[in-house]
Amino acid sequence: MKTLSLAKLKKGQKAVIKSFTNKTLSSKLIEMGCLPGETFVITKIAPLGSPIAIFIAGYELSLRKDEADSVLIELIL
Amino acid sequence: MLDKKNNHLKIALLGNPNSGKSSLFNSLTGLKQKTGNYAGVTVDRLEGETTFFINNESHPIKVIDLPGAYSLFPKSSDEEIACKTLLDKKEEIDVVVIVLDATSLKRNLLLATQIIDLKIKTVLVLNMIDEANSQGIIIDILGLQNTLGIDVVCLNSRKQEGFDNLKKAILNARISSSVFYNISTFNTEFISYKEFISSHIYSKKTESDIENSDKLYRFNIINYLIAKFVKTPAQLSLKAITSKIDAVTTHRVYGYLILIFILFLVFQFIFFISETPMNWIESVFLGLGDIISTQLPKGALNDLVVHGIIAGISGVVMFVPQIAFLFLFIGLLEDTGYMARASFIMDRVMRPFGLNGKSVIPLISGTACAVPSIMATRSISNIKERLITIFILPLISCSARLPVYTLLIAVMYPKSTFLGFFNSQGLVLLFLYLLGFVATLLTAFVLKRIVKTSESSFFIMELPVYRWPQGKNIGILVYSKVIIFIKEAGKIILAISIILWFLSSHGINKEYQELEIKQQKLSSSYPTLAIKKEIKQIETQKLEQSFIGHLGHFIEPVIRPLGFDWKIGISLITSFAAREVFVGTMATIYQSEDSEKSEGIKQKLLNEKDETGKPKYNSAVCWSLLLFYAFAMQCMSTMAVVKRETKSWKWVFAQLLFMSVLAYVSAFGAYQILS
Ligand SMILES: Nc1nc2c(ncn2[C@@H]2O[C@H](COP(=O)(O)OP(=O)(O)OP(=O)(O)O)[C@@H](O)[C@H]2O)c(=O)[nH]1
Repeated sequence: MKTLSLAKLKKGQKAVIKSFTNKTLSSKLIEMGCLPGETFVITKIAPLGSPIAIFIAGYELSLRKDEADSVLIELIL
Repeated sequence: MLDKKNNHLKIALLGNPNSGKSSLFNSLTGLKQKTGNYAGVTVDRLEGETTFFINNESHPIKVIDLPGAYSLFPKSSDEEIACKTLLDKKEEIDVVVIVLDATSLKRNLLLATQIIDLKIKTVLVLNMIDEANSQGIIIDILGLQNTLGIDVVCLNSRKQEGFDNLKKAILNARISSSVFYNISTFNTEFISYKEFISSHIYSKKTESDIENSDKLYRFNIINYLIAKFVKTPAQLSLKAITSKIDAVTTHRVYGYLILIFILFLVFQFIFFISETPMNWIESVFLGLGDIISTQLPKGALNDLVVHGIIAGISGVVMFVPQIAFLFLFIGLLEDTGYMARASFIMDRVMRPFGLNGKSVIPLISGTACAVPSIMATRSISNIKERLITIFILPLISCSARLPVYTLLIAVMYPKSTFLGFFNSQGLVLLFLYLLGFVATLLTAFVLKRIVKTSESSFFIMELPVYRWPQGKNIGILVYSKVIIFIKEAGKIILAISIILWFLSSHGINKEYQELEIKQQKLSSSYPTLAIKKEIKQIETQKLEQSFIGHLGHFIEPVIRPLGFDWKIGISLITSFAAREVFVGTMATIYQSEDSEKSEGIKQKLLNEKDETGKPKYNSAVCWSLLLFYAFAMQCMSTMAVVKRETKSWKWVFAQLLFMSVLAYVSAFGAYQILS
């Protein structure tokens, strides 16, 4: 399976977190429950393309597109 | 067990944002709470008192509500202050109550295990247990309790269920013997987790790799705990109702329409509906002033009480309706969860200006009044975005500018003239409002590049599920904001208004004393029309001879290049209290018969001639004044509130300086070009 960035996903797509490309962001994301190996669904994308919301670890989290860019994921079909 | 000095048990509430800490705090303390300051930061400190009655014994309790945090490695100034307070020995915190949102235990348990490792007396609260249960999440409390080594209590803060168990657990709180992350096996530098965290917070930041390995290690254990003690339905997904509401509130058309409608409502309430209670307040205080002025013997004390103190207090209380309405809305929007959505759809729009999605509400209510709006910026959690919003808010055309604008525009265009379809008076007014908005956004745009804070701007936040708002939470919010304003900003406003009143109604030179005597004589004689007129003249002369009158003359050389004379100078100084005072002072100076209506004063200004016999209030002077009032601070209440919200005079003076320079330069430019 090919890894891509979270920012590339469309609404409704399901994926699993693989790794992070930015250390500062990763430590924030990890404490919010975005762990490598965690699965999530894209629940919404704001009208202007950013921020994005995902359902992960039992709650909904929003993050900006450039923040989402630093998260590498693998699609689940 | 009990606190040595005063027999109080001191407990601190800590948990993730949105875990329901405020609801718990409000349930425990009711109105017995007060907002204080943490030294050196803009975060509010919430403390309250309560008494636990258990087995016929009463236990006095002090509760401190710490800002929400996701972990003990702070990422924002709120989180930092939560961690510092927890570690501070001087705080003498006896028990930490960790509040968890039972619907997302995994994320919430991270902070919990970190606090347990600090080896302080702890109780774990599984809040929102009602919601967790209805989602089919079942938690083995006893199992969790045994593994964590501390009491675990289920709670529904909304319905006050589980409080007796919580109280007992707090009184019997203990230090857990479990260790989740044994720091000394990873880093021999530290012998305890407390030492490790202290060093991270106070001396040097740990590298994110070390930080992450701490968290990942904990999450491994948490995954195991959850697998063992928590039954979660196979397919957990976003609550259907929340999904449905969001389909509308974050829709690319309806989402913005709803937001515009809400902003419109907020504006209506603050701009128009507040006016009625404000008028009541004004007449109550006027009546009170009348009663006191007849009861107290005439003289200096009478004047001070009636015109200085009572008028000053009235000026403070006048803001209460606007503050109350604004926080009623903000409380509703926050408690239902809508605020996070507003910020979600507005983030992309506001971000280029260094503002937050949540800046929208303060910016719109700022068109009515900057004072409550500045207080409303508290919901912006990023410190830089909050400061920028506070800084630019007074540039928006507020309702106090309206009387000034109306008068000057009417002087400039005494008769409605039409430019094509448009009424020229309306066009100028529209231009001034737009000018305010453009200046606001441009300033934000520039500030974004200048202001440096250590905090990075994340937008990584929870979108809470929609919930019914709780009257109690909102009531307490409104009440506490009103109290904060009256107590903290009120002091400053009262002090300045007394000083301004004193300066405008006192003088030391001989002329002033003579006028005073003459006025006393006249006011004891029968008030015929002629005498009334003479009294009015004396009032004008007194203002000219008062301290402020002299100040007006004194600053004349500075404001001359703007086309202003000493008469305008006097009005500039008095209207520092509030912009609309300009109209009243001008009416006194020009002895307008009807000082309330701007019709009379308009005629006086139109008739006023300069040295060469041409009309003095030509378009150059009017534009210069209009631009001056569009940009100048001219509002002591705003300054008082900025001081209270930023906890420092630095921002107040930076803002005053910036706005003064902007006002001066624009007025100067307008006058020089047009005349
Ligand atoms: N169903 C349910 N809702 C709750 C409970 N406790 C709090 N809430 C709701 O959860 C939301 C968040 O609660 P708050 O008390 O504001 O949470 P907080 O942790 O103080 O959040 P911040 O102020 O953002 O840090 C509010 O809408 C509350 O009404 C509970 O036990 N059950």
